[in-house]
Amino acid sequence: MEIKLKIWRQKDARSQGSFVDYNLSGVSGDMSFLEMLDFLNKTLIESGDEPVAFEHDCREGICGSCSLYINGRPHGPGDLVTTCELRMTRFKDGDTIVIEPWRAKSFPVIRDLIADRSAFDKIMEAGGFISVGTGSAPEANSIPVTKEDSDEAFDAATCIGCGACVAACKNSSAMLFVAAKVSHLTLLPQGHAESAKRAQSMVAKMDELGFGSCTNTGACEAECPKGISLAHIARLNREFLKAGFRG
Amino acid sequence: MSNLQSKIPEGPLADKWTSHKNSVKLVSPANKARLDVIVVGTGLSGASAISTLAELGYNVKAFCFQDSPRRAHSVAAQGGINAAKNYKNDGDSVYRLFNDIIKGGDYRAREANVYRAAEVSNQTIDQMVAAGVPFAREYSGYLDNRSFGGVQVSRTFYARGQTGQQCLLGAYSGMIRQIAKGRVTMYSRRDMLDLVVVDGKARGIVTRNLVTGEIERHSAHAVVLASGGYGTIYYLSTLAVGSNATASWAAHKRGALFSNPSFVQIHPTSLPQLNDYQAKLTLMSESLRNDGRIWVPKEKGDKRHPNEITEEERDYYLERRYPAFGNLVPRDVASRAAKERCDAGYGVGETGMSVYLDFSRSIGRFGEKTIEAKYGNLFEMYEKITGINPYNEPMRIYPAGHYTMGGLWVDYNLMTTIPGLFAIGESNFSDHGANRLGAGSLMQCAGDGYFILPVTIGDYLAGEIRTPRISTDIPEFEKAENEAVDKLRSLLAVRGKQTVTSFHKRLGKIMWDLCGMVRNEEGLKNAKKMIDELKEEFWNDVKIPGTLDELNQELEKAVKVADFFELGRLMCQDALERKESCGAHFREESQTPEGEAQRIDSDFSYVASWEYSGEGNDHVLHKEQLTFDNVKMQERSYK
Ligand SMILES: Cc1cc2nc3c(=O)[nH]c(=O)nc-3n(C[C@H](O)[C@H](O)[C@H](O)COP(=O)(O)OP(=O)(O)OC[C@H]3O[C@@H](n4cnc5c(N)ncnc54)[C@H](O)[C@@H]3O)c2cc1C
Ligand code: SF4
Ligand code: FES
Repeated sequence: MEIKLKIWRQKDARSQGSFVDYNLSGVSGDMSFLEMLDFLNKTLIESGDEPVAFEHDCREGICGSCSLYINGRPHGPGDLVTTCELRMTRFKDGDTIVIEPWRAKSFPVIRDLIADRSAFDKIMEAGGFISVGTGSAPEANSIPVTKEDSDEAFDAATCIGCGACVAACKNSSAMLFVAAKVSHLTLLPQGHAESAKRAQSMVAKMDELGFGSCTNTGACEAECPKGISLAHIARLNREFLKAGFRG
Repeated sequence: MSNLQSKIPEGPLADKWTSHKNSVKLVSPANKARLDVIVVGTGLSGASAISTLAELGYNVKAFCFQDSPRRAHSVAAQGGINAAKNYKNDGDSVYRLFNDIIKGGDYRAREANVYRAAEVSNQTIDQMVAAGVPFAREYSGYLDNRSFGGVQVSRTFYARGQTGQQCLLGAYSGMIRQIAKGRVTMYSRRDMLDLVVVDGKARGIVTRNLVTGEIERHSAHAVVLASGGYGTIYYLSTLAVGSNATASWAAHKRGALFSNPSFVQIHPTSLPQLNDYQAKLTLMSESLRNDGRIWVPKEKGDKRHPNEITEEERDYYLERRYPAFGNLVPRDVASRAAKERCDAGYGVGETGMSVYLDFSRSIGRFGEKTIEAKYGNLFEMYEKITGINPYNEPMRIYPAGHYTMGGLWVDYNLMTTIPGLFAIGESNFSDHGANRLGAGSLMQCAGDGYFILPVTIGDYLAGEIRTPRISTDIPEFEKAENEAVDKLRSLLAVRGKQTVTSFHKRLGKIMWDLCGMVRNEEGLKNAKKMIDELKEEFWNDVKIPGTLDELNQELEKAVKVADFFELGRLMCQDALERKESCGAHFREESQTPEGEAQRIDSDFSYVASWEYSGEGNDHVLHKEQLTFDNVKMQERSYK
């Protein structure tokens, strides 16, 4: 099939970007979306143009590298998929596909479709851990964890840190990402001791880094490729309040 | 012939690690604060080492090529991580785990290292659980285990189908805690291009900042490589596409011996290649073989829909050839058997290069609900990619490159042949011999990083406490930087016609066809020649747009592929030299009358460790003889 692409091109963080149009023929339905871009890049390179820069690594939905805003949706059409899991069967001959990087003040674009998401690591540094040094752990089975808590912690822990939640949110809030981590660690007895403090410092860091505040629109949950639930935000808010009462 | 000193401590196998820990030199806290350590790689091995070294008080500089350390390829591990906890009371023990790894590796790994890996496995699970890794639990609240990789005990801890992601996030969280404390400086989006050796010792690295293109110098009292495996040499593999050999290869060219490079595990259950644009093969978990039956039609070239092919017309070739283990034979055996059927013309799918993995009998016997509970997410993933619903018709699978047992040679202290350069995780050769058991890599990576390296590196660094901080303004750094820049410039200067990826694909095909699941002398000799020619063509006709001083993904790829030519050649040399079949290495010339792998212990019970001897030359072989005092060398038989 033949498709029309409108792709955001930007040389580097300091340059102005703009959309550039490409016609791409010979696209087949059994390509993945990223393989379609590989194919575009091959034709660009062979005809003497600069290929489009985009991020990817595992190409199976687990590393969180891929991060394209496709036709107005983070990770494109389809629910519970990352960009790399998206297949070209979703599109048909003659379609126009608009591809942008994540847009958020805290995720500056560094080239074409690549945004700098290191702010997520900074938030994690503020408290996304359990303070246990190597060697001081008790025997693994000495603290039982109910299967319910453990399963729910796991659900929260499946966040791949892709940033789609931020890109989906009109306020560019990182609440879902922060909530997933706080929930994961709070639900486990091992992480409980630090939970109020953790919530407070991660939220403070998120604010400091320029992410917006959460107004409960739910856009993040709708676009999260891992189905992280808004319920985690409610838990985060509870932990946050506890911290307020104590502090 | 060789003077490789493996430095195995004296004494009974079970006491070696304890006595070694009691005898290594220690570094005082005040001195640790004056010592810098570079760690390249933030996968499970790197991240666990980084957090632990920083907690001990060393200054750590950490590097990865991704935008965040959390994205290292370890996230992709699905099935689980082994430990000898014996929670199931099924007779497991450190010795049994050790024995299984040695046997699984077809007696080509070092006993003492393997025993130690098994020994620290239990502590690893404790550490991970304390760090918040949400391993699967039973209703009682205690940890669950499953049996994995065809062993007879249940010793595998798992977190649904994403054990690697959860283990890595645990290690990453320990590491970012130390970043926040200022004990670790994180350098993301960096490619290590070279190792700097000063007066015979590893003293630093040269990197390229992948955003600005700037070439940087970083110094330290010791360097640790945790840079993962190189299965991407086949182009299509189950690895993350950015995985590469550049860091280890740079170290190799600076003097670190490279061991058993041709020992590559080909995983039997990956999705087959669908088209020429495909960039990656997705792994379907090994656990599927517990309930799935593998077959091809009995009739050559039978193109009917699988559901129309009757029971009598199907050849369940694993069950036929290996009645005792059936569909659960080890990975290498299952992979070769699939290749054999497809090469003989019985393969299915458009290309004829796949076999069926069929769940109909299990669904009939246990019901769709039970199968869904076990494999629901895998079935969904399969359907997402292929559009085929595996509840209604069999999956199609084919083997794919998966894990590299080979890697940098290390002694018992995990130190390479360059003093001060250590290698951990998949980047070293040490624990898996000629074939790795399922769920054994995460175990080794975490053991190396949390519990082994932090002890053994101290023994080396104790001798460095009088060495002041290493300056990067010395000729050795300048030379390494200049050489790195020259190489990048010459790549850019080629300005040919073909893309980097097109070369990578062609190299991958040579490697896959001639140095993949099955090897023979003629093919390997040909492969060496073909690689040399392709390399020449690459250096004359590769087209890399853009410049050095910008984010340039084509240049990044070109650096990796340029190294793959050299490594690929060495893999062929290694495979040629080893005229026996063992583990994943199958030499056609060395098989039993029934077509099974024939090990030749009298001639090949050694680790082949290769010394670099200049561009385009054959490498020089050093042998480390292996002795087995604690296990009986048996023939692997699955009949
Ligand atoms: C699909 C799949 C499933 C698997 N499932 C399992 C399983 O269930 N159980 C199991 O035990 N094992 C499994 N494995 C194997 C296991 O995941 C890996 O062997 C292991 O995670 C490797 O970890 P590592 O720390 O050695 O390196 P990696 O996790 O590969 O990390 C490498 C690090 O090095 C960095 N790096 C590499 N090169 C450079 C460079 N030149 N410059 C700077 N940085 C560099 C990268 O950025 C990265 O941080 C699986 C593998 C695959 C492919
Ligand atoms: S919460 Fe969902 S969308 Fe946000 S970073 Fe995590 S996985 Fe991505
Ligand atoms: S490339 Fe890893 S999640 Fe898409």
